[in-house]
Amino acid sequence: MNYQDEFRDRALVAIMADNIRKMAARLKKPVNFMEVCGTHTMSIYQYGIRSLLPENVRLVSGPGCPVCVTPVGYVDKAIAAAADPANIVATFGDMLRVPGSQSSLMSARAGGADVRIVYSPLDAVTLAAEHPQRRVVFLGVGFETTAPTIAATILEASRRGLSNYCVLASHKTMPVPMEILTADPDLGLSGYLCPAHVSTVIGGKAYQPLAEKYGIPCVVTGFEPADVMQGIEMLLAQQLAGESKVEIQYRRAVSWEGNPKALAIMARVFVPCDAEWRGLGILPGSGLAIRPELAVFDAEKVLNLPDTPGVEQPGCRCGEVLKGKLSPLDCPLFATVCTPEAPVGACMVSSEGTCAAAFKYGERS
Amino acid sequence: MCLGVPMKIVRIDGDMVVAEVDGVQKEASIMLLGDLVAVDDYVIVHAGFAISRLDPAEAEETLQMMREVFRDEDMA
Repeated sequence: MNYQDEFRDRALVAIMADNIRKMAARLKKPVNFMEVCGTHTMSIYQYGIRSLLPENVRLVSGPGCPVCVTPVGYVDKAIAAAADPANIVATFGDMLRVPGSQSSLMSARAGGADVRIVYSPLDAVTLAAEHPQRRVVFLGVGFETTAPTIAATILEASRRGLSNYCVLASHKTMPVPMEILTADPDLGLSGYLCPAHVSTVIGGKAYQPLAEKYGIPCVVTGFEPADVMQGIEMLLAQQLAGESKVEIQYRRAVSWEGNPKALAIMARVFVPCDAEWRGLGILPGSGLAIRPELAVFDAEKVLNLPDTPGVEQPGCRCGEVLKGKLSPLDCPLFATVCTPEAPVGACMVSSEGTCAAAFKYGERS
Repeated sequence: MCLGVPMKIVRIDGDMVVAEVDGVQKEASIMLLGDLVAVDDYVIVHAGFAISRLDPAEAEETLQMMREVFRDEDMA
């Protein structure tokens, strides 16, 4: 068992496709299941999962691509940090081409700014240790999967006494936007494929209030194709039985309680704050800010950064795509003006953005 | 961004491990898991950190459930 090939088995997927067709025949009306996470979106396109589903079982893509929901104003701040030759901006590769109000980090780098891509946030701490005369600013984006890793770098920098490391934090947390989307009557959601790796940290229990308050089925689902099919099967079973509970399909990696150590490290470094999401606006308690006692590692406190509202690219409809209200194909810029080579909006930049996935895997008409 | 790869631990050295997938070896931190892992365990590695240990018994049970074929009478 390597925990990958087994869950990509065509024969298994075929069995579940058949089960899903049988179950769907019993539905009284069509169902809309939202896959919240960008990695699910990518997997659904990559493996052609929609083509295996009957017409009355629809998948809607959600706001779970961290780069996509990062507001333009944040990119502007990152570019401002990079403009100071005293700083090295370290980032995950995804952020490089995200358009800010005027330019992107990629064009800043082409103009001479020191912007470096790291694989692990720990590499950014190493960078700070190697360049004591300069300041390393790490771009902290991502959900609860990534937030503990960034928290760990702050604790590590503190332990090593590095005063030239800081984080420009724009972390977001998951259950809050799901509540907003559940309550949106235009979407008419009937169930959630809950994120796989976010849930390794926060656990299945994080969705319990949502399932109870709104009576909506939630299934924590893995990213492999057989996982996604089983997640859909479990959502349909709940739908047919008139149930709305939290179930974990991805049991090999996710527990009800989550990862206590990761949660503790996250709580040592961050406190919940209000956060701006592209497309969804400011959502109370949906972000993570660096604790005041760790302000020396907080780029917002250490650097003098502009705080002006970002300007969205004209014609870009990423906001509606992120809410599941618009399919990429219905955006007039999709695959014409906006392509992965020359992206206008963030959903086309990130490999797990809905538009990038639709473009790459051939959904053109 | 939440992509994580199942990797097999081949060596443990304090808070760091060397883990392997498809013959490729990479270092990862186990700061977020503590001493819950051992050599030969599989973990999900995300951005250079092991974030979850994979449970072989749960995986086997999930595969078993995936093989179940529904008949119409099962759903009555």
